[in-house]
Amino acid sequence: MNATEIIDRLKQRFGDRILRSDTDCLDPWLEIAADGLHEICRFLRDDPDMRFDYLHCVSGVDYVEPDPKKAKKTDWQPHLELLYHLSSMQHRHRIVLRVVLPRWRDGVHGRLPEVSSVADLWPTANWHEREVYDLCGVAFAGHPDLRRILCPEDWVGHPLRKDYETPQEYHGIRVK
Amino acid sequence: MPMERVDPELVEFDVRTDEMLINMGPQHPSTHGVLRLVLRTDGEVVTDVVPHIGYLHRCAEKIGEKISPRQWIPYTDRMDYLAGMNMNLGWAMTVEKLMDLEIPDRARHVRVMVCELNRIASHLVAAGTYGLDLGSFTPFLYCFREREKILDLFEEVCGARLTYSFITMGGVTGDLPPGWLDRCERFLREFEEVIPELHAVLTSNEIFVRRTAGVGVLTPETAIAYGCSGPVLRGSGVKWDLRRDGEPRVTRMYEDYDFEIIAQHEGSYPQDRDDYPPVPPEAVLGDSWHRFYVRMIECVQSIRLIRQAMAKYQGCDGPIGEPIKLTQKLPKGEAYLETEAPKGQMGFMVVSDGTAIPWRVRARSSCFCNLSVTSEICRGCLLADIPAIVGSLDIVLGEIDR
Repeated sequence: MNATEIIDRLKQRFGDRILRSDTDCLDPWLEIAADGLHEICRFLRDDPDMRFDYLHCVSGVDYVEPDPKKAKKTDWQPHLELLYHLSSMQHRHRIVLRVVLPRWRDGVHGRLPEVSSVADLWPTANWHEREVYDLCGVAFAGHPDLRRILCPEDWVGHPLRKDYETPQEYHGIRVK
Repeated sequence: MPMERVDPELVEFDVRTDEMLINMGPQHPSTHGVLRLVLRTDGEVVTDVVPHIGYLHRCAEKIGEKISPRQWIPYTDRMDYLAGMNMNLGWAMTVEKLMDLEIPDRARHVRVMVCELNRIASHLVAAGTYGLDLGSFTPFLYCFREREKILDLFEEVCGARLTYSFITMGGVTGDLPPGWLDRCERFLREFEEVIPELHAVLTSNEIFVRRTAGVGVLTPETAIAYGCSGPVLRGSGVKWDLRRDGEPRVTRMYEDYDFEIIAQHEGSYPQDRDDYPPVPPEAVLGDSWHRFYVRMIECVQSIRLIRQAMAKYQGCDGPIGEPIKLTQKLPKGEAYLETEAPKGQMGFMVVSDGTAIPWRVRARSSCFCNLSVTSEICRGCLLADIPAIVGSLDIVLGEIDR
């Protein structure tokens, strides 16, 4: 199936959970509501016409402009995006799922936004979600073992957030 | 008091062994870098393995948000430092995808040549250090002697022996020096003679077979579910190679090239040459031996590819390609591309907001996914098999930790 057919099938089945989509860009994507992620992923993996058996990558992208002068020129509101690159070895098609999250849950600074984990569907998501949690600060609900993976366990902050500030020191070691 | 005779089985149960936690690494010769494994053992049997990574984290992705794509190329060299050319290629092609840039044919064939040479170099390190893990020192020297010749060839091409930064967006940084093709051909001929020796000391060596056959069996379903790729996936019998099955941009690079995907299919490996050693009867598809075997045959395939690339390169005139400017503005958008690196599918993503500096760069590491399967395939194995299994995955921590 090509990307248009996949997106049409998903729109038929999940209706308003599919928020936006784009098939003209380099990697066709569709944006889904955060609360529908697990259900849609299960369908994508198990449906005989879809069979997305290979999860390539989970990446987090932080959209916020720390510089107030430049922030005025941006055409988006601050948010976080998760990208899931999926493909099917059997049918040889691919799609990108996009989930838009608030930067902080309920707007409270320090409370990580939450989305359901897909580690039970694709075990490879286990480490990828840990990495996104570690570096971008997204909590994955239902993850079997949500710990930091690249940074030390007691590291403070999430380095790939655009407004992250490097600490002065770590256990007496100068960082900056 | 006379001793009562008890059931011998009961005595067996009376002797209790406590579970023990063993820390292996991060400084351990057979973890291939700074990998730390925490093993839970019950006597000699490993009941659980927890890998800890991150000791070599150098914030490559964060750095990529501050500099232009061409400036980031040296950072990709330092990911899989045993296959710098393939890392350069992955990043260069991702940015080319975003910019919709096509490269001239001449540059394409140079890319194939250096990437396949680097694939051989990477597989040689994998084979040599794997022998070392299993207690055999000779193959290590044989492998590094051959790898040295490849590094000499690379030194002639770009001046560097490990971190090349040779492949850039728009082509390569320079044409091949005069006489290089002859020297490359000489290396290929010499290397072909060494391959049977390597098969004798490793692949069909009885001790090697006993240590690897049937150890760490990875089923194709598990391999796909864990996102394994490269020789780890093909060792499980999945015929999947991005040079054939990847995105059009990747397969176009290998257009008109004749080669086969190395994986056991319907009970046998591709038999394009008759001097491959036979599969030993003890070997189970997906075990450490098969992963090693796939790498060894891939070296032969790479030789074939390099020969074809040399002929094609000599047959085509034209420009070698112009690298993009350091401050070249990127079009707005996102691009994700995976290429077949020696260790698996190396993916790069670039998100651009229209300026010369990417908004976000992302590296999807093949070893990262390949390593995540260790706890699955090590469960229930013997303590001494841990180096055999971890070694067969052929990981490079620089790429895992980025």
